[in-house]
Amino acid sequence: MGNWVINYWLSVLFLATWLGLNVFLFVHAFLSYEKADKYFYTREILGFCRRSLRKQLDHNLTFHKLVAYMICLHTAIHIIAHLFNFEHYSRSRQATDGSLASILSTLSQQEKDEDSWLNPIQSPNMTVEHVTFTSIAGVTGVIITIALVLMVTSAMEFIRRSYFEVFWYTHHIFIIYFIGLGIHGIGGIVRGQTEESLNDSHPHRCAEFFKQWDNHDSYCKHPRFEGLPAESWKWILATGILYIFERILRFYRSKQKVVITKVVKHPSNVLELQMSKRGFSMEVGQYIFVNCPSISYLEWHPFTLTSAPEEDFFSIHIRAVGDWTESLIRAFEQKHSPMPRIEVDGPFGTVSEDVFQYEVAVLVGAGIGVTPFASILKSIWYKFWHADHNLKTQTIYFYWICRETGAFAWFSDLLASLEHEMEELGKVDFLNYHLFLTGWDTNIAGHATLNFDKATDILTGLKQKTSFGRPMWDNEFSTIANAHPKSVVGVFLCGPQTLAKSLSKCCHQYSSLDPRKVQFYFNKENF
Amino acid sequence: MGQIEWAMWANEQALASGLILITGGIVATAGQFTKWGFGAYSIAAGVFVCLLEYPRGKRRKGSTMERCGQKYLTRVVKVLGPLSKNYYVRAVLHLGLAVPAGFLLATLLGTACLAIASSIYLLAAFHGEQWTPIESKPKERPQVGGTIKQPPSNPPPRPPAEARKKPSEEEAAASAAVSGGPQENPVLVVDEVV
Repeated sequence: MGNWVINYWLSVLFLATWLGLNVFLFVHAFLSYEKADKYFYTREILGFCRRSLRKQLDHNLTFHKLVAYMICLHTAIHIIAHLFNFEHYSRSRQATDGSLASILSTLSQQEKDEDSWLNPIQSPNMTVEHVTFTSIAGVTGVIITIALVLMVTSAMEFIRRSYFEVFWYTHHIFIIYFIGLGIHGIGGIVRGQTEESLNDSHPHRCAEFFKQWDNHDSYCKHPRFEGLPAESWKWILATGILYIFERILRFYRSKQKVVITKVVKHPSNVLELQMSKRGFSMEVGQYIFVNCPSISYLEWHPFTLTSAPEEDFFSIHIRAVGDWTESLIRAFEQKHSPMPRIEVDGPFGTVSEDVFQYEVAVLVGAGIGVTPFASILKSIWYKFWHADHNLKTQTIYFYWICRETGAFAWFSDLLASLEHEMEELGKVDFLNYHLFLTGWDTNIAGHATLNFDKATDILTGLKQKTSFGRPMWDNEFSTIANAHPKSVVGVFLCGPQTLAKSLSKCCHQYSSLDPRKVQFYFNKENF
Repeated sequence: MGQIEWAMWANEQALASGLILITGGIVATAGQFTKWGFGAYSIAAGVFVCLLEYPRGKRRKGSTMERCGQKYLTRVVKVLGPLSKNYYVRAVLHLGLAVPAGFLLATLLGTACLAIASSIYLLAAFHGEQWTPIESKPKERPQVGGTIKQPPSNPPPRPPAEARKKPSEEEAAASAAVSGGPQENPVLVVDEVV
């Protein structure tokens, strides 16, 4: 528990502040409607009413989902509250008992001008459904709620992972959602008494004499009302502008020319694309969004950069996992047609940039998740080549877990040259790497046993032998903790969620409570 | 968009609509709105839709993630036959269930969402999709010793290689015999089915 707090206190603080702000705004608006004089007569008919608030902040995926859940929750509260409101309005309209509520409801019939009505249901025969579909608030409300439901159902994890296009294209109806949200309140159905009217006939004085409002000589006159102006646009304007700006930037960047300098087809259905673009500069472990107009105009997919900043090109490794990636690989395999045009947006920074801030770094990549670390290792190779001794990082432990042997071929030459370089420089302890093959069978194991005495591994040709199965993280972490008892160790993962759970558990377990002794910090790529 | 199975999305949408119908129905019934009878209907229709849609069908390609505890409902839904299997029937059924809830404001949203789910199911049916239940295959218990009928014909300790060559010729000749080779079994071997 202590370790968890140390690791996550910033996120918890941020979330607590945001939730607290939400609660405060909700309660503030609620109390305003409950207590303020302006709404005295409104409360008469409705009992009490509520208003919901939504804020839009696109910080990262998790926060986006959290905001989405909040929107759904508040939408539900908002709709249920207004359902009750309309029901009460309807009942007061049809009431003939001469109560304050029914008098207030008939106000519009008395005078011709706009300011006098309180109850949006203008006649006893009008149904709530009729009012819903003849008012801006009602129509926009129904449309945007349907849009919200469609967005949520197509964004369920199962649909998103299996049929990405359904999710991507449906999610774009958020445009309808936000436009509808902005104009939702224009009609001013929720009404409060005007200032003027409050001054000359304050409800505290006049409410009980409502039967005499018609008399010409009474102190109190009919109260006059005005609708609340639409306010939701204030909340969405700032972030809406930011988002539009980002899309314009993406469009501008996509128009810049990308030159493909080399295409390499690796085993296990992986394609490496080396490209260059004018004015492009990157840091280790960053990613770019790639679009291929000949496959789809609207789809942008993220890929980690596998090249180092020191190189004069940038590269990505693409593995075939779905419709878009398979079409892309097929398009590049066509020998007789020209190469498809690629558009690039980015680079965007992620956590791997922090690798060089740690004295000891533990890098764990699963399958194609090794890509950010390839970039880091390449960068290290260049730094040592240029004799850059300012590196804070003293030791790197690299774990690469793959299901099939072909996968190792993606970067085996990189690892081989790194091995070679470290030996030449006499810094063999700098890089400790371990390769794990999880999809092994007895054949492979048999071959390995036969070639046990060979200096190099039969699968990869590297000096480090490939292990079979999954790493035993407890052993690894305790070895590292013993080898570096006073260091801060950064653990970086790019892989599946289950692995993230076991690694973060180990980090908490093996970090000592004493801040001067070994501390493990867990960082996960967010794909 | 070549590999979309529309039925999977229709299923999520219908499940969400069922929940919306139930919520709207509860609000209308508990608040005793005018025409709350439609609210009560909506609760019943919502529950039926949720139960029908809860078991996810099997995907045509790839593995399907089951919903928690869906195997009990899968058995029930399977029994319904063409009602559950054929997506045309499902589309019409959902449209029919949705209509009465459209007369009350509180449940109107449920109607709209269920109608959308119905149209996605119609699209799925056009593409020839079908609902197949996810069933766990009965585990084949390995038959231990099922193929072993005879004790080994030449168990150790064996005589050295030169002596072994002779028994192999005798074995070929005596293959029909119950126990071939120089092995003398101390106990009579009876052919038993294990």
